[in-house]
Amino acid sequence: MAKIELNVDGKSHTIDADNDMPLLYALRDDLGLKNPKFGCGLAQCGACTVLVDGQPVRSCVTPVDSLGKSKITTLAGLSQNGVPHKVQAAFIEEQVPQCGYCMNGWVMTTVSLLATTPKPTDAQIEEAMTGLKCRCATHVSIMRAVKRAAQA
Amino acid sequence: MNQHINRRHLLSAFGALTVSVVMPGVSARAATLGLEKRPALDPKKLASYISIRQDGTAIAYFGKMDMGQGTDMGVAQMVAEELDLPVERVLVDMGDSGTSLDQGGASGSTGVSNGGVTLRNAAAEARRLMVDMAAQHLGVPAADLVVDSGIISSKSTPAKKVSYGELIGGRWFDSEVEWNGQFGNGLAVKTIAKVKDPKDYKVYGTSPRRRDVAPKIMGTGDFVTDIKVPGMLHARLVMPEIAGASPVAVDESSIKHIPGARIVWEKAFLGVVAPKEWDAVKAMRALKVTWSDAKAPFPEQKDLYSHIRNAKPVKTGGEGAFLKEPEKVADAFKGADKVIESTFEWPFQSHASMGPACAVVDYQPNGQTTLWTGSQKPHHAGYGVAAVLGLKNEQVRGIWVPGPGSYGRNDAGDAAIAAAIFSKAVGKPVRYQAMRNEGTGWGPKSPASVHTVRAGIDKDGKVIAWHFHSKSFDRLNVNSNESYPGDSLPGQLIGSPPKPNNVYGTPSNSYKFPVRHETWEVIAPMLDSGSPLRSSHLRDPLGPEIHFAHESFVDEVAFATKRDPVEFRLAHVSDQRDRDVIKAVSDKVNWQARTGARKERKGDVAFGQGIAYSTRNGTRVAVVAEVEVDMKTGKVRGKKFTVAHDCGVVINPQLLTQTIEGNVSQALSRAIHEEIKFDTKNVTSVDWETYPILDITERPLTIDVVLINRQNIPPNGAGEGSMRPIVAAMANAIFDATGVRLRQGPFTPDRLRAGLA
Ligand code: FES
Ligand code: FES
Repeated sequence: MAKIELNVDGKSHTIDADNDMPLLYALRDDLGLKNPKFGCGLAQCGACTVLVDGQPVRSCVTPVDSLGKSKITTLAGLSQNGVPHKVQAAFIEEQVPQCGYCMNGWVMTTVSLLATTPKPTDAQIEEAMTGLKCRCATHVSIMRAVKRAAQA
Repeated sequence: MNQHINRRHLLSAFGALTVSVVMPGVSARAATLGLEKRPALDPKKLASYISIRQDGTAIAYFGKMDMGQGTDMGVAQMVAEELDLPVERVLVDMGDSGTSLDQGGASGSTGVSNGGVTLRNAAAEARRLMVDMAAQHLGVPAADLVVDSGIISSKSTPAKKVSYGELIGGRWFDSEVEWNGQFGNGLAVKTIAKVKDPKDYKVYGTSPRRRDVAPKIMGTGDFVTDIKVPGMLHARLVMPEIAGASPVAVDESSIKHIPGARIVWEKAFLGVVAPKEWDAVKAMRALKVTWSDAKAPFPEQKDLYSHIRNAKPVKTGGEGAFLKEPEKVADAFKGADKVIESTFEWPFQSHASMGPACAVVDYQPNGQTTLWTGSQKPHHAGYGVAAVLGLKNEQVRGIWVPGPGSYGRNDAGDAAIAAAIFSKAVGKPVRYQAMRNEGTGWGPKSPASVHTVRAGIDKDGKVIAWHFHSKSFDRLNVNSNESYPGDSLPGQLIGSPPKPNNVYGTPSNSYKFPVRHETWEVIAPMLDSGSPLRSSHLRDPLGPEIHFAHESFVDEVAFATKRDPVEFRLAHVSDQRDRDVIKAVSDKVNWQARTGARKERKGDVAFGQGIAYSTRNGTRVAVVAEVEVDMKTGKVRGKKFTVAHDCGVVINPQLLTQTIEGNVSQALSRAIHEEIKFDTKNVTSVDWETYPILDITERPLTIDVVLINRQNIPPNGAGEGSMRPIVAAMANAIFDATGVRLRQGPFTPDRLRAGLA
């Protein structure tokens, strides 16, 4: 057990946890955040994705003591005063999710993609997104939303 | 002790209607809705289906749920239409046994066709009663009244008007409906009121937006995994390496170092609980268990289909002449000039929902026990929890909260029973979530099957006899609802005996042949109880595999008799609406007639196009798939799908189109990837590496949807019908591209290469 400091969605928190506990459990259980989700715990799906200093990271396999002073952003932390991030606005506009359980992975990965590649080609979108899972199979809606966000 | 739960269905796009419930309970819930003292739920009372709030908003109480296809919006539109209210002013309170009657949960795509129709009838009756009340109140005859946006006014004296809210807002309708005596999907009501004439529809055919989307994207909505109850413990199950083994010794000291970790062990049910979730996971991994010496229950995977062929059937059934007049059928085949026969094989497939199932149970032996579940059938899950806890049904409230995906009877029903067993054992509220290997490996499966189809052809090339035969594991080895604990894995582990249903199904279409018969045999499960291969309903139960066989074979017969697949279907399909979808889809793609594989090729890539059609409880779908096959690697890409869809009147075209897109893509995943792998000891498909699904790089590039809107025909279910013909259309397209007829799924590179060799 160790005292570990985390900077999440602009707020500092200190938790008591095993050093090797995955960040996902700190976010959900210790901080009580509803995002991200446990999908596999194996870095295979993206349901647990958060941004660490802007990079999408699979929190289910990220040891909680490995973050240092990094800034962690969750899905709920993307919006400003309830105003959705442009990627969120595009996913809402396209009514993308069915069950919605996978959306962390897709939205967060899109945010980081557009930060470096504002006008991605289809191939660049695919390269950024491959490996993320959506069991409800909303892939065609996801593509529409990513393109809409890139135009916003 | 306050527990705040944002009710997802009351959250409109940006929190215009955020409602928190303080301690879940019927009265607290009703109070938040502005409705005190709700009478007990009674199917004969109008108040059980609909109410009007003081502000004139209507609430429909829906005993089903929506898994993200927009069913609740469809229901809101149907209710709004009858009430002459803008759809924004209709709320749908769904999936909660504390607020809605048992309408069967989500089941068989009946959300709109059964559940919605019942609420529509109730809404029409509510409108009729309010118009009568207004007539009294305003002193004018009812015939002189019109309703617009919840305001009832006099045609002759427009100044005379009154709103729904003023008439009854905040009070309950005290009026009866004629109930048909059934619960579940069959629940229906008749009322005095007449429903609207389709020519007056204003809300049908429009596409208002879903209400659950923004919370899901903003990260503000609750999933069942997010429910927290004060004092709650986290639980994990400990499952054996060999399916069917049970614990004989458990070393408590192996988890002593984990704070607050405790063991729950009853017969073959073994698990751990801890106050912190990570500690529960650690304890599950650390626990030392000695397992019984169980015999490996399964054959080698390669022997699966011979196992099915050789197994003695436990039940047979079917339709058509075969059962009544077997001699006549035999005679019909005798008269044939040639008989064509093909056999098709389909593997076990998993729901493999996006997250492993979760449930929270707060066991209160002397009060109300609450279940929060992602199960599609929260009423039934509640009955199952009551049964396993030794309580009466009404002592358990089952509340549906969005789960991590839902395509039929997945592991959600198992999680509910597990959480109940844990909660009772430790005397505290318990949140149980499975691990990924359980979600994919231990959840219910769709059954593996073998289908044999025969056609007798006369000397003029006419089909004179047709026999479709399936041999399979039980369609419902565990029931599609979980109201009996033995229909769940944890229930079986604590000793509830399984009650297999031993049923299967037959193709659904309107082909007419002089003699046509359809039969099935169900075989026993390979492991009776506690099996990771127990079979149940997966979206469009049996649809993809039965119609893969049927529609592939239709193409085979068409080509064998030198006919074009579209022309052959149009000539043999007897229902006009069925012919219309086939015609619509072939027109849309500008179908070119052919009497064999065209094998179009550019370099290493072959191109093909195939058609398939099927019906499902009144909904008919025809699809044309366009594929590319890499002739070197054997990889198949489903590039374009054109779908003609007729489900009666279209309520929300946008949401219907997106539902179809999802079904096409999910069916494509099942067609090219999905196959549960196992060894003699257990299922070995346990994660996304060992059970791959569709990747975004494999998505269809185009899905063209042609909706045939039948304004005067009541709505049929649309949740699953378009799942059904996709696999077959893919198989037919692969044949067109390569000349290889794949009769075993899924269509992996290995199978393609073997066919091409
Ligand atoms: S839960 Fe982290 S990648 Fe699946
Ligand atoms: S929306 Fe359900 S898994 Fe993606």
